[in-house]
Amino acid sequence: MNVEVGPLVNKNVGIVIVSHSPDVAKGAADMVRQMVGKEVPLAWCGGDPDGGLGTSVDAIETALHAAWSERGVVVLVDMGGAESNSEMAIERLPEKKRAKVVVCNAPIVEGSVIAATESSGGSGLDKVRLAAEELYPRM
Amino acid sequence: MSQDECASQALGSTMLTHERGFHARPSIMLTQLAKRFSAKVWIGLSDCGPWTDAKSIARVMALKAPQHTTVFFAAEGSDAADAVGALVKLIDSDFSSSIES
Repeated sequence: MNVEVGPLVNKNVGIVIVSHSPDVAKGAADMVRQMVGKEVPLAWCGGDPDGGLGTSVDAIETALHAAWSERGVVVLVDMGGAESNSEMAIERLPEKKRAKVVVCNAPIVEGSVIAATESSGGSGLDKVRLAAEELYPRM
Repeated sequence: MSQDECASQALGSTMLTHERGFHARPSIMLTQLAKRFSAKVWIGLSDCGPWTDAKSIARVMALKAPQHTTVFFAAEGSDAADAVGALVKLIDSDFSSSIES
């Protein structure tokens, strides 16, 4: 289990990256930081608590708080449990926050970079999600 | 079609010299810069279009403009001229200019 928190910036929509593999999640987060910059709140998590592949509701919840922005948070996931555990982590948030978190239907690496690019320009939650989902509209 | 009194239009073009063309990083830089302006900004690979929204990262990336392509910009809005000027400058600087202000 691994959670990494970016610098505290919350004027833009936050990005949370959830992969079964901590290496994939960290790699996608590195791409966001290096290609898009630091204007976007960013957190990632991956791996199960025993160190294997998997996702953890606790870790996702921590990441959601870490990347929190009043403008909302988009979550990029890889597959299966990453999505269902993200939904469970979102359910744990206070009701007011819950409404501002969405899981994107987009590939995890490209979606993270695209969503962060849109967020860095000051776009709101819906536009950030649409930008990520626009990449491969038929997924 | 009625136009806003303050609206102005601007056009510009330049040669894309970046060795790998419009790959991911240049597309992101261009989109981020375009978003700083309130004007509507379009990018095209010909002076008669088709025009692509320069503020849409997915669409700018999908252009896949290769090296030695002439890139055209069109903008409409109060800061249209500034937007076109800044985007042309970004390409002319081979994307070396920092995106941080």
